[in-house]
Amino acid sequence: MATSSRLDAKIPQGPLESKWSKYRSSVPLVNPANKRNLEIIVVGTGLAGASAAATLAELGYKVKAFCFQDSPRRAHSIAAQGGINAAKNYQNDGDSVYRLFYDTIKGGDYRAREANVHRLAEVSGNIIDQCVAAGVPFAREYGGLLSNRSFGGTQVQRTFYAAGQTGQQLLLGAYSGLQRQVGMGTVKMYNRHEMLDIVNIDGKCRGIIARNLITGELERHAGHAVLLCTGGYGNVFYLSTNAMGSNVTAAWKAHKRGAFFGNPCFTQIHPTCIPVSGEHQSKLTLMSESLRNDGRIWVPKKKDDNRPGNEIPEDERDYYLERRYPAFGNLVPRDIASRAAKERCDAGYGVGTSKLAVYLDFAAAVERYGRAEANKNNIHNASDADIITWGKAVVKEKYGNLFDMYKQITGEDPYEVPMRIYPAVHYTMGGLWVDYNLMTTVPGLYSLGEANFSDHGANRLGASALMQGLADGYFVIPYTIGAYLASEIRTGKISTDHEAFVKAEAEVKERIDTLLKIQGKTSPELFHRRLGKIMWEKCGMARNAEGLKEAIREIRQLRKDFWSDVKVMGTAGYFNPELDKANRVADFIELGELMCIDALDRNESCGGHFREEYQTEEGEALRDDENYMYVSAWEHKGVENWELHKEELIYDNIKIAQRSYK
Amino acid sequence: MRLSLKVWRQSNKEAAGGFEDYKLDNVSPDMSFLEMFDVLNEQLIEEGKEPVAFDHDCREGICGMCSMYINGRPHGPLRGVTTCQLHMRSFKDGDTIVVEPWRAQAFPVIKDLVVDRDAFDRVISAGGFISVNTGNAQDANSLPVPKEAADDAFAAAACIGCGACVAACKNASAMLFVSAKISQLALLPQGQAERSIRAEKMVAQMDAEGFGACTNTGACSAECPKEISLENIARMNREYIGAKFSSSAV
Repeated sequence: MATSSRLDAKIPQGPLESKWSKYRSSVPLVNPANKRNLEIIVVGTGLAGASAAATLAELGYKVKAFCFQDSPRRAHSIAAQGGINAAKNYQNDGDSVYRLFYDTIKGGDYRAREANVHRLAEVSGNIIDQCVAAGVPFAREYGGLLSNRSFGGTQVQRTFYAAGQTGQQLLLGAYSGLQRQVGMGTVKMYNRHEMLDIVNIDGKCRGIIARNLITGELERHAGHAVLLCTGGYGNVFYLSTNAMGSNVTAAWKAHKRGAFFGNPCFTQIHPTCIPVSGEHQSKLTLMSESLRNDGRIWVPKKKDDNRPGNEIPEDERDYYLERRYPAFGNLVPRDIASRAAKERCDAGYGVGTSKLAVYLDFAAAVERYGRAEANKNNIHNASDADIITWGKAVVKEKYGNLFDMYKQITGEDPYEVPMRIYPAVHYTMGGLWVDYNLMTTVPGLYSLGEANFSDHGANRLGASALMQGLADGYFVIPYTIGAYLASEIRTGKISTDHEAFVKAEAEVKERIDTLLKIQGKTSPELFHRRLGKIMWEKCGMARNAEGLKEAIREIRQLRKDFWSDVKVMGTAGYFNPELDKANRVADFIELGELMCIDALDRNESCGGHFREEYQTEEGEALRDDENYMYVSAWEHKGVENWELHKEELIYDNIKIAQRSYK
Repeated sequence: MRLSLKVWRQSNKEAAGGFEDYKLDNVSPDMSFLEMFDVLNEQLIEEGKEPVAFDHDCREGICGMCSMYINGRPHGPLRGVTTCQLHMRSFKDGDTIVVEPWRAQAFPVIKDLVVDRDAFDRVISAGGFISVNTGNAQDANSLPVPKEAADDAFAAAACIGCGACVAACKNASAMLFVSAKISQLALLPQGQAERSIRAEKMVAQMDAEGFGACTNTGACSAECPKEISLENIARMNREYIGAKFSSSAV
């Protein structure tokens, strides 16, 4: 297989370890006087967007940043719980840049680019330094130094954290840097604005059309470069751990204007989420992977065992992850843990009323921590009750906010009974195809963070999303954007009166008018639910060719129904969340079709993409490296029409192996 | 469950608003408060009426977007819980529930239950940061922070910026929000260089936004979904007075 001539990943020559440092020293620079005249548009203010906007403004560029929320601080990075990886080796347990690189490539089931992932591992340490300097209150040991914990798919402790609110603390750090620039006037912030199209002039991205969500007005904004930091598209499944507003619209508009979409079918189903409780449910809530450091996952050995979890004796429990994967146990990567849970439930061993749940149990951890506390305080005759009390206190300090959240949602107290968990859609490894510079196939249009496809292959390891978002924004784009902008210094100010802006705005307006005019019978919400059901059943944790073909037919019908029967209340001239929702659902429907097409094309199982036809006798994913070791980059050609371009993945530094966590 | 709702409806910032009554017949105790509003909105759309606008996003209690004033209390009856994490099992069959937006001069209503909280962003812009450009940082472990200081800073930094403190306060004071950020940064060694100027600038901006004064009733902390402690306000007062003695920058 050879890489399509339409794709140039622009990976620097030379040995892997020195690619980035050499590139950084040779990439063209833009002098400070010219930076002042170059405008950059940043869409999305999560970890990637906020860190990029602040850093580019610090460098002297003129930046405009956009978010649909009421404040940049609310981007969904805020909800990330467990932590952020960095190859600091502070624990002296053998970590290194190479190991983080290796774990990430292996965790991604050999479907990520070596050069990008190595760069990510290289800058990971700088991220922690930067965040600490900005006042992020990471967890610390009594000596005042930083604390670490383990995450899935690794055998070292390299995860930095702030209780179960690491994403919040990192985002507030990046946000404060952004607000500092806003205060200095170097970033102009547009809250409650949604990007509804990009504008290309002579083959280059020159700006965006945004809608002011309060007034409904359409606005034209010009820039010499546009950065889409707009997050993932997990909400295509309706139920996911994403925020209600998380959407694919910005990335999808870019796709329809020429940006190729990479690996759309690579979806991460997170193993530890609170199970669905009923039809009314609007979203799913994650219980951080960090809980798998201490929690043990099990189901009853007996089918349809209806006893409460804490009444089932030890020898009647099946700790299936520890049984199947003794080397990694409860800390296997997410895709493997999710499939194992589904396997047990499908086989009839599930728990709870829906039987679609397994237990995550802290009883052993409570006892272990309780005994450690007794030892620490030199108490040798402690009662069992005391030990449990002390153990619970330790667990509360480590995971208190997560336990509280579980209790609020389920009404059950996880300090007393084991948690019930089930896999749920959490993250999308796929996204806009980008080269080494993070530029899409449209010159001048970049994509950062979860919105791009680049670093996680077919499965992302825990605590790597925060790392990638901040790496892209703080340490990659500030350098790589120079390669493009150095040639833009003669462009001058871009006029929004250009016919391309006029035309793009007219098209956006026409679409909004159409949506409002249909006045059918079905709300955007109900269409979203229907799409989610198709996607979860046929393009979810397990997929097969027949189901995918059905899904494609059903989604095409759904799209037709949507455009003839959607009912959007109100008008376009004021704050109208129903209209915003309709716009987003329309794009999700088109994306859903492409995800199924991509899943159908990939006749192998790898990472989060599990095709039932391709598995080992033990039920593990069966890759086909000979035929599918590529990134699929889809070019939009028209309605129901895409062309596949392949980027061959070349592994010079890693020996490809069947992924084993046994 | 069957519920009666009295919901504040207001079409825009300038328009006069008023309560509308709605009835819901089929509410599950396992629904979150916002999911109950989803059901209400679907019902309104069925009836051809415009749905109620309300802010919400993560629905897991961390983004700070949701902002309903429920039966006279921000985020409703439970302690330490946001509206999105409030479940209908906290109410009784047949209850009448009154829902209003945050009420404060500095938070104008945009529509129905949605308010404009940009004032908070401007307060942060005034000084709620450490001035460190990307790339300037030293190795993270070269600066030990005593665990207690780190824990206290984290507890202050857990503020989600929802504005419940302002809504709870009879003076619509933002002292708890502002003090949480000032405390976080004052407790950490990294925040020392700008400690005085930060307190002065953030307080000046807070006043300029039209938030009221603090009269130490403590309603803010009692209603805060993240239970941010009143100690932060005491610390902020010390920081501010100390800054005023030593500088005249603002």
